[in-house]
Amino acid sequence: SSLAPWIPVVGLEIHAQISSNSKLFSGSQVQFAAPPNSLVSFFDASLPGTLPVLNRRCVEAAVMTGLALNCSINKKSLFDRKHYFYADLPAGYQITQQRVPIAVNGSLSYSLCIDNKMSQMVTKTVRIKQIQLEQDSGKSLHDDTRSQTLVDLNRAGVGLMEVVMEPDMCCGEEAAAAVRELQLILQTLGSSQAVMAEGQLRVDANVSVHHPGEPYGVRTEVKNINSIRFLAKAIDYEIQRQIEELENGGTILNETRAFDSKLGCTVPMRDKEGKQDYRFMPEPNLPPLILYDAQSLPANMNHQQVINIDWIHERLPDLPSVKREKLVEQYGILPEHSFTLLNEDGLAEFFESVVEQTQMKPKKVIGWIIKDLLGYLKQHSLTVKESPVSSFLLADLLNLLEKKEISSTAAKRVLAELWKGEGKTPLEIVKEQKLELLRDQKELEQICQAVIDGQENE
Amino acid sequence: QKVSVEVLDHLEHLALVDFRDSEGVERLQKAIQFADQLHEVNTDGVEPMDSVLEDRCLYLREDDVTEGNCTKALLENAREKVEEYFVAPPGNIPLPKLEERETFLQGS
Repeated sequence: SSLAPWIPVVGLEIHAQISSNSKLFSGSQVQFAAPPNSLVSFFDASLPGTLPVLNRRCVEAAVMTGLALNCSINKKSLFDRKHYFYADLPAGYQITQQRVPIAVNGSLSYSLCIDNKMSQMVTKTVRIKQIQLEQDSGKSLHDDTRSQTLVDLNRAGVGLMEVVMEPDMCCGEEAAAAVRELQLILQTLGSSQAVMAEGQLRVDANVSVHHPGEPYGVRTEVKNINSIRFLAKAIDYEIQRQIEELENGGTILNETRAFDSKLGCTVPMRDKEGKQDYRFMPEPNLPPLILYDAQSLPANMNHQQVINIDWIHERLPDLPSVKREKLVEQYGILPEHSFTLLNEDGLAEFFESVVEQTQMKPKKVIGWIIKDLLGYLKQHSLTVKESPVSSFLLADLLNLLEKKEISSTAAKRVLAELWKGEGKTPLEIVKEQKLELLRDQKELEQICQAVIDGQENE
Repeated sequence: QKVSVEVLDHLEHLALVDFRDSEGVERLQKAIQFADQLHEVNTDGVEPMDSVLEDRCLYLREDDVTEGNCTKALLENAREKVEEYFVAPPGNIPLPKLEERETFLQGS
């Protein structure tokens, strides 16, 4: 391999579906699975004579997200048309924000484990170039046997926030960690449910490599990535592919590639049309979007027509990073524990509930939550909500342990029994299996004596 | 200043228009010349206006479900449908390259 080191450069374009009842510019419903073309209005189908009407909730979602990502919110932002032909884009253009998006210049901090050791975490930052509001397209189902495409417009017009991350990342692991943190933030805000499997969070990666001191290399865009795990794989594969290609004297084409999860590689996407010219133009049917803050709030305007950035800022919930700090401070647990707690939906709440109901110190409770509870749930592919052992039962068990009525070995056996979900209480199981710790001095002496006597007889 | 064949070819690809004959191209040239008169106005220091709506208030709609559920009406005009899906060709069929298609532009 080459003597000069390679520096990989990774940027991300993330599309998050906005969690709202209705679409960005029309009143049809937003829902994942529904009969084809049942959630489509005349505007979504681009029938002549229809006009876009902006959904207030979508704007609020974008402002919340911008604030959470430390962005400057543009008090005046504009809508544009991005033109291209595709069967699932009935208008022949997408309404987006190309010139002046709603939020710019933010940052996202995320953490990585060094050397796969949870105990050594490092914090990194990626710059957020911008966040823009735009329409989602419909869905195309390719029927190769009949050489046709079936089009369902249920998704056409759903509101999206496109979050553009600058190329500050250097590998799949960093990209995956950044996306994971963004996902948690979006879910905490409620601006998007960000479930990748349901297409609510889609990530495209821009990858290039170069030698130190030289200009950035040609970049490729990698699409069709369906999970955070595949995101890391796709990026690392593409970095390797580019390095090998260049070291063999080849060149990198500025192209779009798709990730093939089965083969674990990226392949060129059909690109017969060459580089796209989107012919951006201002959206003539929408005036500029004006947002206000406490200072600029107009006196005599209908309050439903006014979006106040400061009002939204005051009501932002605690972001994941803040929640983690509070958990560490309040309960004396390790930072890596706080990551695990927040990484699993409902786990932090479960932990806090157990702590409330038991005398055992949080520092000891955390071990049971992370090793025993989470271990079991993972083994059986269960979510915290689906746990057969409730926080009440676990707290009950830990109390027995804390009061020294049972040993920790016995406690593990009781837990194993509790997983069966047969409705027995920890105390009942202890009595059934005779797991009580004997503390009566005389009784212990008698047992020891009996054992010794038994030995002597052999 | 004439519009080049490359630009005309590019426009035919992007917009799927067909300039058809020299008269069509001439019309385009005249339209561009007409619009170019805008350059005669000194706009130094003037913020560009891109919409006559720029002083209007952008109306914000409440997030309620008020439309949809009209599959039948939507599919009524579709020439082909399969179980309530619209039917489209398997992919974009791009305009063949200039050399490969019959267009008067080739002669230019």
